[in-house]
Amino acid sequence: MSFAKIPKPDDLIAIRYEPPETPWMDTPVVFRPGTWSYSGAAKNLTALGLPNPRAWQPSDEDWKLPENWQSIILEGMKERLEKHRSFRLFMDICVRCGACADKCHFYIGSGDPKNMPVLRAELLRSVYRRYFTASGKRLGRLVGARDLTVDVLKEWFYYFYQCTECRRCSVFCPYGIDQAEITMIGRELLNLVGCNINWVIEPVANCFRTGNHLGIQPGGIKDMLEFLADDIEDRTGVRVEIPLNRKGAEILFVTPSGDYFADPGTYTCMGYMMLFHEIGLDYTFSTYASDGGNFGLFTSHEMVKRLNAKIYAEAKRLGVKWILGGECGHMWRVIHQYMDTMNGPADFLEEPVSPITGTRFENARSTKMVHIAEFTADLIKNGMLKLDPSRNDAHRVTFHDSCNPARAMGLFEEPRAIISRVCNHFHEMAEDTIREKTLCCGGGAGLGNDENLEMRMRGGMPRAMAVREVREKHGVNRLACMCAIDRATLTSLMDYWVPGVTVTGVHELLANALVMTGEKERTTDLRGEPLNGKTNETL
Amino acid sequence: MKNLGISIIAVVILLMLPIGAAAAEWYSLLTVALPYGALTVFLLGFIYRVLLWAQSPVPFRITTTCGQEKSLPWIRTNSLESPSGLFGVIGRMALEILLFRSLFRNTGAEILEKRPVYGSAKWLWLFGLLLHWSLLFILLRHLRFFVEPIAPFINALSAFDGLFETGVPTLYLSDLVFLTAATALFLRRVVLVRVRYFSLPQDYFPLLLLLCTAGSGILMRHFTKVNLIKVKELATGWVSFSPVIQEGIGPLFSIHLFLVCTLLVWFPLSKLMHMGGIFLSPTRNLANDNRMRRHLNPWDAPVRVHTYEEYEDEFRDKMKTAGLPVERE
Repeated sequence: MSFAKIPKPDDLIAIRYEPPETPWMDTPVVFRPGTWSYSGAAKNLTALGLPNPRAWQPSDEDWKLPENWQSIILEGMKERLEKHRSFRLFMDICVRCGACADKCHFYIGSGDPKNMPVLRAELLRSVYRRYFTASGKRLGRLVGARDLTVDVLKEWFYYFYQCTECRRCSVFCPYGIDQAEITMIGRELLNLVGCNINWVIEPVANCFRTGNHLGIQPGGIKDMLEFLADDIEDRTGVRVEIPLNRKGAEILFVTPSGDYFADPGTYTCMGYMMLFHEIGLDYTFSTYASDGGNFGLFTSHEMVKRLNAKIYAEAKRLGVKWILGGECGHMWRVIHQYMDTMNGPADFLEEPVSPITGTRFENARSTKMVHIAEFTADLIKNGMLKLDPSRNDAHRVTFHDSCNPARAMGLFEEPRAIISRVCNHFHEMAEDTIREKTLCCGGGAGLGNDENLEMRMRGGMPRAMAVREVREKHGVNRLACMCAIDRATLTSLMDYWVPGVTVTGVHELLANALVMTGEKERTTDLRGEPLNGKTNETL
Repeated sequence: MKNLGISIIAVVILLMLPIGAAAAEWYSLLTVALPYGALTVFLLGFIYRVLLWAQSPVPFRITTTCGQEKSLPWIRTNSLESPSGLFGVIGRMALEILLFRSLFRNTGAEILEKRPVYGSAKWLWLFGLLLHWSLLFILLRHLRFFVEPIAPFINALSAFDGLFETGVPTLYLSDLVFLTAATALFLRRVVLVRVRYFSLPQDYFPLLLLLCTAGSGILMRHFTKVNLIKVKELATGWVSFSPVIQEGIGPLFSIHLFLVCTLLVWFPLSKLMHMGGIFLSPTRNLANDNRMRRHLNPWDAPVRVHTYEEYEDEFRDKMKTAGLPVERE
């Protein structure tokens, strides 16, 4: 990752929280390079049957909107006000107390007042007032209402693609107003007139066709898993099996494609494969349901459903009993809060029971999908795994709660139960920056692209600084997380703000410590680095 | 500052209106038509707004979880921050509504020595809570004007409220607390540049209105005394639907009554509806039991998906080459 085009950390941190002189409605948006994402390519929109495919960029003067774009958006708003109580309520009840203002990582990192969740919501709320409330229709600007113009649309685009839907503001809001919900609907509206970003829409198009965001075809998936199995054999001397599209397996395993495609996710994927081999799990990967991740969440509710449908469909085709899901953030928001409603009922599956411990996962009895951290924490608690945490002694670990497992699931203790058993040096970050108050990596919700790098480094700054604090205090050199987007974006974030800290999945740490039957004496960790950690930078 | 100016002008005009009305001796308008009209607008408006919200369904269970989910038996669930059942939800909502739980989490972020620091910032929570609770006390105390004989709990409340027995008549704590909290919240909005930047006229307005209402009430109690017998006759008249047109209780009373009526009319038209809305907030009032119980979406409709058959049709040859099983040869 090259940081040549963006300011140096020392300059970036000089953030002023003073708003500009002009009122926000009179402050037009400036598409400054490094702070926005390229437009969705026409071929991807066409592939998905989305409206207004064309060649354009946000920095263009003319966005080539359909002639009746205003009525499309206003009709869309009306429809969504009638379909989502959240939307109507959140438009109405905000008192602008400002408790959310400095909770947003993008505001903390940029000082741009329109990144305060309250004002980001006002961008949409002002239009809602103008067209859907009696006072706004009559009194206009006097009551904070404004016309829907092209400039307003551009502002929406800029700031709704500068929100990672992390829900941190909603934790602090006295009414639980969730900016993620407003951003999701804002992006739906933008999509109606063909305004979206390629880093979201290309993965969506890929996912629809090939089952995964990266567009990897069946043979490619097999090759990659085989490559990982080779690496496992090299490190441990154990050859693990690669069950793929296997009918009659007990469990379908679904993980984000980032896990088997790119470092450091691949080490986490090796971790899953080693664990499943060691406990003799009867499972299968699928090339059709080859991604649990769902960038539909960053597009529209309809797209969430379109991309998610394959998981239950594949579970049914393969005849499995239940589904196990890998480490991912937004994937788990979809699975926990949307999948059963959208594509259930999964009455053809059985209530998940761990075949190893006999534990019944009652909390997943309807959706029938278990998070791997729940599954593994149960294995460890029941003493089913032989672990040697000293193999992780070179790593001084801290844990980043990923936004969605934290604030849309409440999955806090399971990963900690695993980490504290597989490594000897575990240090929590400051209380204001973990668990339900966790700070985003700055690259979620489809913003983890390179053209948006400055904004990512700004948005990720609060997280990075919390890591820097434990690095200075405890010599932390490993940042553990349970999210594929994190594993990609936190890596650049650390390089920029806290060099010397590498990013790891929880199951990579587990696999380092996992004593496997018939293994050779391990001299390296999964990354091939010597176990004694002499090459690891220490303070 | 323009938005603040608009609110001040609006409130000044509102203060003039009842004085003018009293001068014109429109007493039936001031003391009968207006109170009934305002109350009707309030009640119908409130119900309309809540019904409008309720008309929109909750298609997805989008609880914001602020604590550990219910999962494995040996992991302690946080039933108030991440409730898995009805009792937990009731507890969570009670904490929100009675104690402003989420606002209590408030912190202030600033950059100190090139890093963000999160300091405790409980002032907003404190003044917010004081404002609402003291307002409730004041409203309940006012019941003494509406019922005869005065219910014992109202007397008990007033006695408790005047615990310190300062001044004659006794200064009510709730009055003091209310004025302090409303002033603090108003000043916060004016002084903090960041808050002022996103404040609209309708954010200053209710605070000013409340301050003037409370101010006129306190003036009547402690300085320019009004004939309380007449006030009580008026209030009991309203309640028994046999209103007595009262003349000349005094300009302060006219102002007080008029501002209360304005508030009642303003309420359902404005953000003050957060009072009703908080009960309906889907991120708070839903249990985090998503994977245990299926949530139904009333407008769920089929969507275009990419089926396995379509997938295999496209990749069949490649799958066979890779040695992967296929459904059709």
